[in-house]
Amino acid sequence: MGRSRRDRCLWYVMLIVLALLPLIPGPLQGPFAQHVLVSILLFACMSQAWNILGGYCGQVSFGHSVFFGIGAYGTGMAVVTYGLAPWPGVIAGAFLAMIVAIAMSYPCFRLKGHYFAIATFAIVEIFNRLFMVWDWVGGAMGLDYPIIEEGWKNFMWFQSKTQYYYGAFILFLIIFSFVRWMEANKLGYYMKAVRDGQEAAESLGVNSTSVKLTAIAISAFLAALCGAFFVQYNLRVDPPMVMSLDMSMRFVLITILGGLGTLWGPLLGAAILIPLQEYTRAIWGGLGGGVDLIIFGILIIVIVIRQPKGIMGFISWLASRSKAAKGGDE
Amino acid sequence: MAVFLQVVLDGLLNGMLYALVTIGLSLIWGVMDIINFAHGEFLMIAMYVSYWLGFLMHVDPLISWIASGIFVFLLSVIVYKLIVSQLIGKPALSALLATFGLSMLLKNICLNRFSPNFKLLSDTYLGGKVIQLGNNLILSLPQFIIAVASMVIILLTYHFMTSTKIGWAIQATAMDRDAAELMGIDTNKIYALVFGIGGACVGIAGGLLPMYMPVHPEVGSLFSLIAFICVAMGGFGSIIGSLLAALLVGLIEALVGFYIAPIFKYVAVFGLYLIVILIKPRGLFGW
Repeated sequence: MGRSRRDRCLWYVMLIVLALLPLIPGPLQGPFAQHVLVSILLFACMSQAWNILGGYCGQVSFGHSVFFGIGAYGTGMAVVTYGLAPWPGVIAGAFLAMIVAIAMSYPCFRLKGHYFAIATFAIVEIFNRLFMVWDWVGGAMGLDYPIIEEGWKNFMWFQSKTQYYYGAFILFLIIFSFVRWMEANKLGYYMKAVRDGQEAAESLGVNSTSVKLTAIAISAFLAALCGAFFVQYNLRVDPPMVMSLDMSMRFVLITILGGLGTLWGPLLGAAILIPLQEYTRAIWGGLGGGVDLIIFGILIIVIVIRQPKGIMGFISWLASRSKAAKGGDE
Repeated sequence: MAVFLQVVLDGLLNGMLYALVTIGLSLIWGVMDIINFAHGEFLMIAMYVSYWLGFLMHVDPLISWIASGIFVFLLSVIVYKLIVSQLIGKPALSALLATFGLSMLLKNICLNRFSPNFKLLSDTYLGGKVIQLGNNLILSLPQFIIAVASMVIILLTYHFMTSTKIGWAIQATAMDRDAAELMGIDTNKIYALVFGIGGACVGIAGGLLPMYMPVHPEVGSLFSLIAFICVAMGGFGSIIGSLLAALLVGLIEALVGFYIAPIFKYVAVFGLYLIVILIKPRGLFGW
C-alpha cells in the first residue's frame, strides 16, 4: 500500500507552502487577506470532515452543520458559561457530536438517496429550533465571548490573525493527515467498497453497518473540532450561524466543486469558493444586499452543470490525456 | 372542546395549503426523480406576482392567482430547459444542488429588488372575513378558499394523470423512460410539462396566499422543507399519500403549536417525520 514518490512530494510541498503562506509579504498581508486565508483552511477542513462520510463512504449528508454546531457550542459554553479555557469544551463537544452522529445514523442509514438527504434536513431544522429556545445554551441570543487574555491557552487573539492561521493549519494537519492515512488503509478501502456497492462489499465480508458508523463517528468528531475553531475565531455563536442548512450546503458544495472522495478536493474547492464568496461580499455585500449571493447562486448552478466531478476530475482528465499523448509518441 | 375543534380546523386548513404546495413537488419527484430545492422560492415568486398585481393595479388575489400560476408555469419551463434538463440521468445529488443554487439566486434577487420587508395586501376582498360555524367555531374565509382550491387542483391533477392521454404518457415516462421513448413519447417534452405543472400548482397556491400572509424573500424556505417532508412521508410519488401527509403535518403543527408552545411546532413536525421513516422507511403509503 505504499505511496508513489510524487504523492509524497506533493504532500510535503503543500504543507510547506501552507506553513509559509502568511509570512509572504505583499497581497497576502493585511487583516482581510488573512481572514480569507484562515477561512479557506477552516472550510477545507470542514469539507474534508464531510468528505469522509459523503465522499469516501457515499452517504451524502446535509446534517453536518449539526456536528459543527455542537462543537462550536461545546467550546463556547466552556468559555462563556463556565469561564474555563476552551479545551475541555472542545473535547466534550467533539465526543458529544460523535454520540449524536451515532444516534441519528440509526434511523438515517436505512434510507437511500433523497430520503436520506431529507432526513438530514429535518435533523438540522430540529437542532436549529431547539437551540433557539434552549436558554441553557443561550437561546436565540447566542453566546458572546468575554474579552479575556489572549494566547494559546485561551486560543484567542485580538491583534493579528497569524496565530489563528497557524491554529487552522494544525487543524488542517490533523484532518488531512488522517484522511491521507485512511485512504491507504483498510478502513478507506472498506468505505469505498460500501460506496461503490454495498451488497457486493457485504458479500465479501465487509460489515457495511460498522463501516458506515465508523465513518459518521469520525466525520462528526472532526466536524466538531472545526466548529470549535469557528467559534474561537468568531468569538460568538448563535443557532443560525452554525446549525443551518446553508452552512451544511457550503460543506457539500466545496467538496463537490473540488472533487468528491479525493484528498485534495476540499482544499481546492475552498481555495476557490471562499475567496470568491468573501470578495464578492466585500465588494457588493453592502449595496442593498444579496448581490454576492446572487453571484454565488449562479456559480453553483454553473459548476454543477458543467463540472460534476469537480476540479480533481478535470485534473485527472488532463493527466490521462497527457499520458495518452506520451504513449502515442513511443 | 370548542377550542380543540378550532385548533383542529385551523390545522386541517393549513394542511390543505401544504397539500397544494406539496402536490407539485410530489409530481416532479415521482416522474423525474428530482428534488426541486427551489420549490419554495417558486411559491415566493408567485406571492410577489400576486402582491404587486394587488398593490399596483388593485387586482384581488382571487383573480391574480391565474396570473401567478401562468407566470410560475413559464418560469418552471424555462428553469427546466436551462438547468434541470441538463441534469437528468446524472446523480440525484446534482439536481438538488443546482436547484439549491437556483433557490439562492431567486431569493436574493427578490431581496435585492423588493427589500427584506414583510409586504401585506391590506384591502383584499376576503381579507379578515370569517364564517361563524355554530357557537364558537370560526372559519377563516381566505384559508377556506385556499383549502377548496387545493382540493379542486388535487382532484384535477389526479384526473389528469389517470384518465387523459397526456397523463398516461407521463405515467409511462415515470415507469420507464426508454420504453416510453420507444413508444413515441417525447420524454423531454413530458418532463418540461411535468415541471411546468408542478410549478403551476405552487404558483396558484402562492397567488392566493397574499390574502392573509405577508410576502418576504424568506417566505418560501420553510414551505420547501415542509413540502419535502410531506412527499417523503407520504411515500414516493403517491398523490394521495402526500395529501394525507400534508393534512397530518398541518394538524400536528396546530396542536403542538397551541397546546405545547409555538416554537416547538416544527420540531414536532420534523420529529414526526423521523419517527415515521424509522418505522416505515418508504413513507406511509410507499411500497
